[in-house]
Formats: sequence, structure tokens, C-alpha cells
Amino acid sequence: MALTGAQILWESLVREGVNVVFGYPGGAILPAYDAMLDYPIRHVLVRHEQGATHMADGYARATGKVGVAIATSGPGATNMVTGIATAMMDSSPMVCITGQVGSALIGTDAFQETDITGITLPITKHNYLVTRAQDIAPAIREAFAIAANGRPGPVLVDITKDAQLGTCELDWEAAAPDVAQLERPGHSSGVDPIALINAAQRPMILAGRGVMLGNAEQEVLEFAVKARIPIAMTLLGIGGVPASHPLNLGMMGMHGEAWVNTAIQESDLLIALGMRFDDRVTGNLKTYAPHARKIHVDIDPAEFNKNVKVDAAISGNVRDIVGRWLPHITEPNREAWLDHIGELKGDAAVRDIQNLPDDGHLYAAHVINDIWHITEGKAIVVTDVGQHQMWEAQYYRHDQPRTLITSGGLGTMGFALPAAIGAKMGRPDAEVWVVVGDGGFQMTLCELATMVQEDLDVKIAIINNGYLGMVRQWQEFFYQRRYAATPISAPDFQKLGEAYGVWSATVSTRADLAGVVATARQQRGALIDFRVEQEDSVYPMVPAGADLHKMIRRPSPIAETAAD
Amino acid sequence: MHTFAVYVDNKPGVLNRVASLFRRRGFNIESLTVGHTETEGLSRMTIVVDTDERGAQLVEANLYKLIPVRRVDNITRRPAISRDLAMIKVAAAGDGRTQVMQLADVYRARIVDVSTETLVIEATGTEEKIDSLVEMLRPYKIVEMVRTGRVVMARGGAMTPAKTGRRTRQSVLEDAAAGSV
Ligand SMILES: Cc1ncc(C[n+]2csc(CCOP(=O)(O)OP(=O)(O)O)c2C)c(N)n1
Repeated sequence: MALTGAQILWESLVREGVNVVFGYPGGAILPAYDAMLDYPIRHVLVRHEQGATHMADGYARATGKVGVAIATSGPGATNMVTGIATAMMDSSPMVCITGQVGSALIGTDAFQETDITGITLPITKHNYLVTRAQDIAPAIREAFAIAANGRPGPVLVDITKDAQLGTCELDWEAAAPDVAQLERPGHSSGVDPIALINAAQRPMILAGRGVMLGNAEQEVLEFAVKARIPIAMTLLGIGGVPASHPLNLGMMGMHGEAWVNTAIQESDLLIALGMRFDDRVTGNLKTYAPHARKIHVDIDPAEFNKNVKVDAAISGNVRDIVGRWLPHITEPNREAWLDHIGELKGDAAVRDIQNLPDDGHLYAAHVINDIWHITEGKAIVVTDVGQHQMWEAQYYRHDQPRTLITSGGLGTMGFALPAAIGAKMGRPDAEVWVVVGDGGFQMTLCELATMVQEDLDVKIAIINNGYLGMVRQWQEFFYQRRYAATPISAPDFQKLGEAYGVWSATVSTRADLAGVVATARQQRGALIDFRVEQEDSVYPMVPAGADLHKMIRRPSPIAETAAD
Repeated sequence: MHTFAVYVDNKPGVLNRVASLFRRRGFNIESLTVGHTETEGLSRMTIVVDTDERGAQLVEANLYKLIPVRRVDNITRRPAISRDLAMIKVAAAGDGRTQVMQLADVYRARIVDVSTETLVIEATGTEEKIDSLVEMLRPYKIVEMVRTGRVVMARGGAMTPAKTGRRTRQSVLEDAAAGSV
């Protein structure tokens, strides 16, 4: 039986296991929307196509499955660009479907025509312009294979209106992707990693998002425990190793824990697992881990020797490679090294983390720390970008993989609320919290209506400091407190939430915090406007491009009182 | 300088993908040529990149991230035949004319067009040879020139890949062991 291209599209998505898509209709995608009603797929109507991409991304990050977003041609497609770039930078599997003007009109500047495959070429793993109905199923199948395999990422399929309207038989088997063609050569170079590991006195494991993408959580922990090697995590690596595990030191990098960065600088062997030595974690490359040999394990050989020159590079799934190492790892005595890190920690923890004055003011760090306590560390937390994001990473201690969802590589403000909606769709039984700044929330708050229309139970904590806080902090530290364009006003978020039909509250003192959070947890969807200390800063901080061990530390309370 | 033979699906937009990759990663293309291979649907690019050993590895790994790329061979250090083709139009009226013709002869180039004012010389050879011919012709005034850029082929048994099936790391190593690369 012949089907229309539009029917083939949905048939293909259903067969790929899709049961929810995030999208927004328009002229060039109308045939597809019309056909959608006949298929068992839930469509989440977003309020802006950027939201659709972040939702698909959040869904993918929470579940490990491919997220799907759909939009019309022209402005619908261009609105997706930020979300696609976000997914690309963080290796998130996603398929975006866009309508395109009829193939006869391509190249004529037709109404709502944009060259979206051209625009997204550098920010997708691959993309397709499909102009015939019979090419839809092969493109969709290949798109899913590419999005999910190897290093995951976004794939865009642009389908002309005539391809959606055309008819043909669906031959599912013939549409299967050519797997051999998608296979890539591996890479292994440098010295024997096992010998390096067994000989190291002061080794460190640097765990990135690849640990979770490769489902290698158990192997990595087993490896660390057997070899007695402490672990540092990248921002996106958080959750890959339980925060409560004694060998897990915490986050590295620009706002990493002081002891972690110091330990990296003193280390004699870095074992990088599924991370890419981003400039936010290395600081000045010339002085980065100067005494350390380096082993790099990543699924993408293009990461090797890109930023940091390594002594051994092995491409592949972290789980396979670490699993292969395990039997060959000796059990050396590394207590001196671990004790030394313990000392570093004892000193720094007091100065950087716990030293917030308990003066009745509301500090963002307290808010997040308290939410962690109250939710027993079990929530999926979706953050936006800025100070609150770093405080979340420091104070919400994630023991489970895929429970911190955050835009790391691109640092996309506006990510949190839509990504949380996607995460909640993918993990309906999980408690999902948004932690967002007053700036970033105002970028995509329209998706509150989506949350309400879809009846989704998402809890929103706005860390409201009246500033674009992270930028203000840079201005405070590096631009003589000249606050250019960082004070930001906002509506009364409580009233705003209520206008959208969301249970809402405002909290200005720490004393009220626990009660309000507890009440919020009883609601189906909630918004809390936390009015926090306005000019607080995230410590420690390695200034961009500075040596990793040269951190700006939280001033001691005595100095702080003197300044008041 | 590194030379790559890159086999790609002959599909619309592939050149764009490769060019875009080089641009955004900041790799400097010295020359790039594309043409069909004996296998239908497969094109071959010869790309010369100004980079060091580390850069060459990154070029190769990044090329492999493009879906239509089937195989990448770094043939820089392999015995290979390298050719550039040039057509050079020289202003050659009067006395100079015989001298230009003699020069062409020395370089084993051919005169493929003659007019009262100009000669067109067609030359093939290594880039160095063509460069040197161009230098010699300069004094006679070159009025127009076109060059193909370098095309390279490894000597011996190396082959174009089949339409499907990609060379794995393992087969590369086996080829190397067998002395065929
Ligand atoms: C889309 C986008 N625009 C600009 C920036 C630059 N930026 C990074 S953090 C930040 C401030 C964020 O302010 P807010 O959302 O209030 O969060 P806070 O830092 O105060 O926690 C800005 C503007 C960005 N990351 N993303």
C-alpha cells in the first residue's frame, strides 16, 4: 500500500521507538502535522522552536534515547539553531525534522525558505535535504543511527513539502542504513597505558560525560577502587561517579574545588575518560598538570592531542577500554597521595565552601544545599547557565547518573526550563527541579505555558539576584565593578507563575526556605522565586586562561566583615 | 605539508562539508582537487594541507567525522607520483617567441595554442617543476595562467576502496605489515 511521505515520516519515527516529539507547526510542515494525528505519538506543543530543541535534548540527556524536535521551514528552522548547537557541543543525540518549501522553489527565496542544511552544517553531526517521498525512510533511519552511535549528536532532516505529499511504498528493510559505511576507524597510539597506571605515584582520573554516554559508571568506579585512584569530574561528568564516594573529589576546572585543581597540578598521571580537555577545565595549557603523563580515552579520535598533548590515546567506549584494563591493574599503595589530597581538602573546604556567613541573608549556595537535603539528593536537576549553575554543581551532590542536566559546552542561557520539560517527559516518575537565574529564566519562560498545557510536574527554583550574576562577577573581578548592562529587572515571578496557573511562592530568608520547598513538593508544578544576596560570587575561580592552581578564593569571613 | 587522498561519496554538498570543516577548524588548505574515481558514486579528493604531524592526525580524524567520507589516506610519506597541470598563456611576439618555445621544450611542455601575440603552453609535472617553468616564463610576461593543483597517487598496490566497506584500523595495520601502504 502506498503511503504519503508524511505518513512514512511518522511510520519511521514509530518504528524507531519514538513516542514523543517536541514541535511547532507551520506551512511547510503541515502535511506532516496532518498525518501525525493517525500515529501513536505524543506531540508537545512548545512556545518557541528553541524550546523544542532543548526539550528534545533534555529528554535525550535524561533517558539516553534520541530526542526528536520538529518545526516548519524558515523561521521555525532558524529558531532551532541554538538548541542544535547546544546538543552538538554536549554530544546529545537528537533528530530535528524541518519542513522545507517545495523542491521546485528551492533556491528562489520562496516564502519561508532558508538553507537550513547549509546553516546547520557545522553544528550537526550530519544533515539531509530530502526532496522525494521514497528518500524519507532511509534518511530517518540513518539519522537515528548517526545521532545515537559513536559520539552522539544532533542530526537534521529537512523535508520538502512535495516530499511529504508524494506517495510511494514503504520498504523498511531496504531503508536500513549501511552500517559498514557508518563505521569509523579506531585509534590507538603512544605508550602502554597499563604500565603508566601501575607505575604512577600520584594518578588522577578525570571523568567526563563519556563515562555516562558509554554506560561505564561501574567499570570506572571499579577501576578507581582497585587502583586507589582519586576521581575528578568535569561539569558534564557529574553523576557518572557518586558524589558521596570517598574517592570522588568533586568538580575540576574554572569553578572546581580548590583541592581538585591543586591535585591535578601535582599529579604525575592524568587518566582522562570521556572528556575533552576543554579550556574551562585546563586553564592555561602551558602550565597545565606539568608533572603528569597523560592517558586519553575517548570515543572520538579527533579529540586526541587537540588541546593537550597526551602520552597514550585510545579510542573507543570507556566501558570496553577500562574493562580491558581491569585485570591488569595492580593494587599499589597510594595512601600517601590520598592522604595528601585529604589535607588539601581539609584546608580548602573551610575556606571556599562552608564559609558563608549565617547572617539571615539568603545565599544561593544555601538554597541549593537545602534543596539537596530536602530532595535527599534524588532529584533530576536541570540548570541554566551562570552562577547558579556552578553553585548547583558544587552544592547539589549527585549520586546517580543523568541527574544533572546542564548546558556545558555552549553554555546556553534559556536551556533549563525547556530541557527540564523534556527530562520530565522522558522520566515521568522522577522529581525534576529547574535551577535557573532571573536572567536565563526570562529567555525561555514562555515554556511555562507548555509545562501547564502538558500538565507536567516540574519544580522551578529561580535564583533571583537582580543581576546577570556571572557576568557581574567577571565585571567585579576584572572590570573594576563597572556593571555595564548586568543589573536586570524582572516581573514579580510569583505573580507571573500564578498567571500561568503554576503554584508559586517567594522566599527571602533562609528560615522560610525549608517550609516553602516542602509545600512546593506537594504541588503539581511549582515556582519559587528565591531572592538571594545580590552581589555574591562563585568561589573558587580560575580566571579564564590563568594557571589552574591560581584560584581566586573566597575572602575569609574576617576580611568580609571588614569590608561591610 | 601533508597530502591526503580522500574518498568521498559523490553527493551534492560534499565539497562544501569538507571545505567547511577545514575553515572552522582552522586547517590551511594549500590545494584541493576533486574528480571521479573508477568506482561509480565515489569521488577522490587530493588535499594538500599546510600543517605539522599533530595537525595531520587531527585533519584525518576530523575528516572521518564527515559521514560521506569513506576513506582517508595520508600519503605524505608514501612513495607516490605527484602531478600538477598548468596552462600558461605567454605574450610572445617577435624575438621572444623562439626562446619561449625552446624553454617549453626543455620542460617537456607543449605549445597547444598559437596566436600572433601569444602562445599557450601546457605543462604537467611536479609542482616544483611547474613553479620553475613559471619563473622562467615570467620575464616574457605571463598574461593568463591556470593550474589544477596537485593530484597524487601512491605507487604500488594501494587501491580505491569498494563502494561500501571502510578501511578499519586493523586493515590499515595489516596493509602496512604487508608493505602495501
Ligand atoms: C544565550 C546566552 N547569552 C549570554 C550568555 C552570557 N552569560 C553567561 S552567564 C550570564 C548571566 C546569567 O545571569 P542569570 O541568568 O541571572 O544567572 P546568574 O549568573 O545570576 O546565576 C550571561 C549573560 C550566555 N551564556 N548565553
